Amino acid sequence: MTRYLLRVTIGAFLVTCIAGNLAARADEFTQKDQERWEKEYLSVVQKGRELWTSPTLGTNGVACAQCHPNAANTHPETYPKFQQQLGRVIPLRDMINWCLQQPLQGKPLALDDPRMVAIEAYVTHERRTVPLAPGKH
Amino acid sequence: MTEYRLNRRDFVKGAGLLGAASTLPLSVVKLAFAAPKESFTFAYISDAHIQHIKGKEFVRNWDRGLIRAVAETNLLTPKPDFVVFGGDLAQLGTKEELDHGAEMLSRLSYKTHCVMGEHDYYLDLGEYWSKLFGAHYYSWDHKGVHFVVLNSVLTYDDWTHKRWPTAAQRMLEMAGLDNPNGSPFMVGEKQREWLRQDLAKVDKQTPVVVFSHSPIQKIYKGWNFWTEDAEQVQALLKPFPKANVIYGHVHQIQYNQIDNIAFNSVMATAWPWPYPQSYAHADQHLPVLTVPMNRADPFFERDATGWQFIDVATGRVAMEYNLYNNTNRVVAFNPATGRPEDRVYQAAANRIPPQIHY
Repeated sequence: MTRYLLRVTIGAFLVTCIAGNLAARADEFTQKDQERWEKEYLSVVQKGRELWTSPTLGTNGVACAQCHPNAANTHPETYPKFQQQLGRVIPLRDMINWCLQQPLQGKPLALDDPRMVAIEAYVTHERRTVPLAPGKH
Repeated sequence: MTEYRLNRRDFVKGAGLLGAASTLPLSVVKLAFAAPKESFTFAYISDAHIQHIKGKEFVRNWDRGLIRAVAETNLLTPKPDFVVFGGDLAQLGTKEELDHGAEMLSRLSYKTHCVMGEHDYYLDLGEYWSKLFGAHYYSWDHKGVHFVVLNSVLTYDDWTHKRWPTAAQRMLEMAGLDNPNGSPFMVGEKQREWLRQDLAKVDKQTPVVVFSHSPIQKIYKGWNFWTEDAEQVQALLKPFPKANVIYGHVHQIQYNQIDNIAFNSVMATAWPWPYPQSYAHADQHLPVLTVPMNRADPFFERDATGWQFIDVATGRVAMEYNLYNNTNRVVAFNPATGRPEDRVYQAAANRIPPQIHY
């Protein structure tokens, strides 16, 4: 009985797929999809740029961009790497939090905070086309 | 050859004041080329970016940079003939910031000449700064050298007067180094005419030293490491075989030689900036002559900042960089090659890993 039901369900699904001509193949996406993904990505990059230049991310009015115009000298391509001052291998997010706490005299962000993702997206976006060099100094 | 060294008694006296004298970067500096009877030095402090938070609170980090530079400059022996402050005393040009900065500078025990920076200028177009420090551009003669201060951070009238609804917004737009809404710096026609007339009175063999905030050369427009009418100012300096330009703004070591003009930048006391080539999408022209400063270690908040003292006895600049948390560097004009060179690192084989920048 169970096997019969399963067979019917699969059969119905296949009929629906073929009849409805759904784009169900994992490797098929359209230019429209790509445009949407790009737009989603760039909106997060833009949010990151706003945070990067914001005097209110920390508590003393200092913005990330003050020392890092265009996110330069952050070299995201070199992470994860051994940060000698912390004595361990860290991802870029740990250094972002270090900066939030020290020069910006603010609070660290949770590593999955959307603001952290946005900052990382912006920093990485400004370094696009640069080859990965993890672990390098 | 003249020796500059810290007087031990002054050092000890200063040690109590500083509380960090073991890191005082001055030991013994030997200056070549200088005949003692002609010799004099001056100190150069720049880009303090004093930043107001609220009430009596200012960003501590930037305060400490200027306080340290002033304290150490006061300990120089032999004493410098004067001090130049190279601009960007304030971050957003407010009365609070300029007053606080002026109060710190007032502790210098020497005559101080000030240069206008864009962070001092764009709130009230230099009005309050003038009350504290005087004219925006001027010149003087000292021991056979003609010194000129320019206000090189002007820009197009339309941007300055018509673009922004408030003065505060105008200041903020210019304060963001990488802000695409900014506008290129320039000396401008009026000031160039003043400079032409000023230099007409000077014998052509006289060494000329120009102080500006922005480089009077074109390095990277995106961060205003740039002066729009640089070539026109350079043309006015062309008749002087010993012409020198010393500039701030860039928060890093740069030097260059363009025809007869030697260029030297100075460090900031506040924070270092990346070299433009660190921005992967920049069309930039860092002078090939420049051996970069060491990459900044953010865990030492004064690293890659500092101040400098300068000898112009030969009519050319010999600049000692006093680098906090780093080995000092000397960039001096080499008469054999006719250009400024680092005394230690100029040859490619002598460079060290931290001078490679991402």
